Amino acid sequence: MRFVDEWRDPEAARGLARRIAERVTRPWRIMEVCGGQTHALVRFGIDRLLPEAVTLLHGPGCPVCVTPTATLDAALAIARRPEVVLCTYGDMLRVPGTERTLADAKTAGADVRIVYSTLDALALAESLPDREVVFLAVGFETTAPGVAIAVAQAEIRKIVNFSAIVAHVRVPPALEAILAGPERVVDGFLAAGHVCAVMGTAEYAPIAARHRVPIVVTGFEPLDLLDGILACVTQLEEGRHEVENRYARAVRDEGNRAAREAVLRVFEPVDRTWRGLGDIPHSGLALRAAYRRFDALERFAPQVGASRDAPECIAGAVLVGKARPTDCPAFGKACTPDHPLGATMVSSEGACAAYHRYRSVG
Amino acid sequence: MCLGIPGRIEAITATEPLRMGRVRFGGIAKEVCLATVPEAGIGDWVVVHAGFAISVVDEAAAAEVLSWLRESP
Ligand code: SF4
Repeated sequence: MRFVDEWRDPEAARGLARRIAERVTRPWRIMEVCGGQTHALVRFGIDRLLPEAVTLLHGPGCPVCVTPTATLDAALAIARRPEVVLCTYGDMLRVPGTERTLADAKTAGADVRIVYSTLDALALAESLPDREVVFLAVGFETTAPGVAIAVAQAEIRKIVNFSAIVAHVRVPPALEAILAGPERVVDGFLAAGHVCAVMGTAEYAPIAARHRVPIVVTGFEPLDLLDGILACVTQLEEGRHEVENRYARAVRDEGNRAAREAVLRVFEPVDRTWRGLGDIPHSGLALRAAYRRFDALERFAPQVGASRDAPECIAGAVLVGKARPTDCPAFGKACTPDHPLGATMVSSEGACAAYHRYRSVG
Repeated sequence: MCLGIPGRIEAITATEPLRMGRVRFGGIAKEVCLATVPEAGIGDWVVVHAGFAISVVDEAAAAEVLSWLRESP
């Protein structure tokens, strides 16, 4: 496929890896933020092409993984209502809640459906006027425009039986949170290319300057990733800390104006709890007052008890680059993609799932 | 779910209430919302995320970077 295959050229990849090795004079820790990048790095063995001095840390950029168990428990409670059709992206179905998953709820009779697009959920609401269609919206800034557009359409077209559980999160505050601790764990970031395709790069400049950390906007194919790592290492070696766009084929500095405007019209930043990172100020998106009647949590006020994660799961540490999936005693034993204990083993963007798939034990 | 995939616009299928198009990804074509890429037309490549095009691929920028990457010694 064009814009994919040519970016996987193994010879060019080896050339880039050589250039990185030539440039490195001391150890550097580079975190890729996006789970899609984690997946590609492990799948194509890019970490193994790199000189020993460069360590890749996997970041929190798997939206399914950072969605707190409490949100899932609320979705499960809403899905149990007889009038509700709960729609979401496929990745969410097998993520463990405190007691069970959405897939379990479906087996037990709840009307849970996988959709490709938020507009499919909206069309479903139109075709089922006697039901309540609820969209469980997880994701970063990449999927936020789709949710914003669906909500705005519901308002314009008076589709009153549509609502959303909005669990969207924003990348820049997460970078701040990772850099905030007393002990610096990351020397440079590969920023998620598609998040920047929507929101632009302006939000990253103050972070790069304040924390003196290079932030390189990077794509998702092997050559993109190696090129991003090369740019990041070059900045580090030269003592620079700039925002650099290495994904120019998809990212304009100003982002996508129409998408950004749709997001800002419908959503506002709010404090949000992340699995693994805890509470982060301004790190979430919630419906603005004008659209709040489409908020499923207000509409249904689900009653949920205290939420709990599997005690052996160390996904919290994995999500901030403090542990590797293989450090987890449950990895590949008690926890597998068929019997996941944590979301990072379920999602196609989760680090545990990527390691299990491509670095399988035994 | 959160993967952006490049595809080529084959047809514009609606303009109201939202601009929609048929986008081809290798062997399959999907109905995709083009509301946020008003400048994109038939033949253009777009990055698609969960049914919404979020960016138009800049083919010139792609070619330039690629040739630079392939020059590696
Ligand atoms: S391997 Fe399973 S239990 Fe261990 S951190 Fe990953 S998801 Fe959690």
